[in-house]
Amino acid sequence: MKIFVPRDSAALAVGADEVADALQAELVARGLDAQATLVRNGSRGLFWLEPLVEVETPAGRVAYGPVAPEDVPSLFDAGLLQGGAHALSLGLTEAIPYLAKQERLTFRRIGLTDPLSLEDYAAHEGWQGLEKALALDGAAIVQQVLDSGLRGRGGAAFPAGIKWRTVLNTAAEQKYIVCNADEGDSGTFSDRMTMEGDPYLLIEGMTIAGLALGATQGYIYVRSEYPHSVAVLREAVQRAAAAGYLGDDVRGSGKAFHLHVRMAAGSYVCGEETALLESLEGKRGIVRAKPPLPAIEGLFGKPTLIHNVISLASVPLILARGADFYKHHGMGRSRGTLPFQLAGNVRCGGLVEKAFGLTLRELLFDFGGGTRSGRPVKAVQVGGPLGTYVPESQWDIPLDYEAYAAVGAVLGHGGIVVHDDTADMAQLARYAMEFCAIESCGKCTPCRIGSTRGVEVIDRIVKNQNRPQQVMLLRDLCDTMVNGSLCAMGGMTPYPVLSALNHYPEDFGIAEPDQKAA
Amino acid sequence: MRSIPITPALPPHRTRVRALVARHRSEPGALLPLLHAVQEELGHIPPDVVPDIAAGLNLSRAEVHGVITYYHHFRSLPAGRHVVQVCRAEACKACGGDELMAQAETLLGCKSHETRDDGAVTLEPVFCLGLCASSPAIQIDDRLHGRVSPERLAKLLGGLA
Repeated sequence: MKIFVPRDSAALAVGADEVADALQAELVARGLDAQATLVRNGSRGLFWLEPLVEVETPAGRVAYGPVAPEDVPSLFDAGLLQGGAHALSLGLTEAIPYLAKQERLTFRRIGLTDPLSLEDYAAHEGWQGLEKALALDGAAIVQQVLDSGLRGRGGAAFPAGIKWRTVLNTAAEQKYIVCNADEGDSGTFSDRMTMEGDPYLLIEGMTIAGLALGATQGYIYVRSEYPHSVAVLREAVQRAAAAGYLGDDVRGSGKAFHLHVRMAAGSYVCGEETALLESLEGKRGIVRAKPPLPAIEGLFGKPTLIHNVISLASVPLILARGADFYKHHGMGRSRGTLPFQLAGNVRCGGLVEKAFGLTLRELLFDFGGGTRSGRPVKAVQVGGPLGTYVPESQWDIPLDYEAYAAVGAVLGHGGIVVHDDTADMAQLARYAMEFCAIESCGKCTPCRIGSTRGVEVIDRIVKNQNRPQQVMLLRDLCDTMVNGSLCAMGGMTPYPVLSALNHYPEDFGIAEPDQKAA
Repeated sequence: MRSIPITPALPPHRTRVRALVARHRSEPGALLPLLHAVQEELGHIPPDVVPDIAAGLNLSRAEVHGVITYYHHFRSLPAGRHVVQVCRAEACKACGGDELMAQAETLLGCKSHETRDDGAVTLEPVFCLGLCASSPAIQIDDRLHGRVSPERLAKLLGGLA
């Protein structure tokens, strides 16, 4: 029988390796090591319970957590291998409400399998999207993606199928599939979990894309801050190639798809698609003007499908179960599911995959359990560092791309960072400008210079140096950055800044909200 | 008597870099993989290997210098024996990340972005390790640490020589 201890980075960061070692040592000490094997799985994404240890029983997988090495002897005394009761017992993993209330489509496999086991992947519906795709021509595969309603999950939410169709219809002797795994936004880890916990899902998605669009080369561009993701992906690519899922002849189809894992180098703006392409080409990650679109002139000037990890990881399911299955989740024009990520000062942080339509309040309290500190929730930033701080008056709006855009907020990739009432919103606004200054590629003056000046202006506001005039100047500066920047780095840095100023004026020393709220 | 000119031998690290150049040069967009390989091998990218890289990839030295200095990950100077990275991003701020950095500066006797005079440690900020539900997070050398309390930080940094 199997004992599962995650190898996900977040589990490692709280001692999962030490727990695994202690479990193995205890198995040996009790003469049980022939009966049980340790499997290092992906994380279930209930991070406040990590290290989460699971045991296979006739009733199903039983969970314990958070487990420390010193808990191991008492776990065995309580009958760990039979799923015995213990202070750390969580019951059947799949019955844990946090998990049971989710709609895990993309994340249905993570935690169940050994991420690198091809047998496990195949046994859990793996490769079935690819099998279906091998029997279809490119146009038919593209139609499935169009019909599913899948929109880019990296944040921009552009209809995925339209990009696929553009690449398909652009003639070239070489085309590329590029995966944007530069998940640099604070409050996001869904890409990381997928790369570490279900790498073959991403590989399958990219291979389907390659076959559909006639792209024989693929690149996965992974942050240098994610070394475990890089290592797991490289191993997975090697194993998949050895098993014939990648290479000159994918599954006997006569078609080629070669996948390369490339490590990024610590530049946040290389999460922007054109800067990423520049970086893959071996250059400084400077943003390109569009047009031309990457779908027409992308990597090395060739037609390139560039997509976020989750967008590509959604494709196998769409092919395996059909576009209608995916489309029937969600609301309005937001079809399918989004893996929301609850982060920051939240009691139950983790991965919550749900169909679009639930509210932020439900995520914060029904899943998140409020703050970790126990203090009131003061501010919630949705959609990453370039998203707005969403005030309580907006917590009941359905989590839907259009509904959020309608109030000037950003759903984006579903990253959610919770701050309690010790947060100083003026300092967070200052940080938004500071981060922009540090990470700016330097191409446009509004971003490069505006962010530097933005820090200075906020400092003067806080110190009450010519405050009313400086507040007007800050709004004016933000307007210039929004309308004069080439990409979202400069273009959306004003979102957290202005939402902080508008909804938390007291932190800036302003008595009342400004009349001219942006 | 005619004197025979002596060609100085290439320093070993430049020979190693030239071998890495030969290994990586035919990869599409080779410069970043090559720079990673050089830093992996030498711990940093010494300025005197820039001409070897430039010549090997048929780029100008300015272009190579421009790429090295653009990316936070690449070092032109050696780091300390240990590298301590404290996350400064939003989700970690929400759980005391800024205070942790200040504490690290005090405990290590070293400012952020600096290597201590005795070469033992480099302290730097990092912007997101992807451990945002386990904040505040730090990385010491190759090891990740989440849910780091002030007490835990003191214990982790105390063990560094």
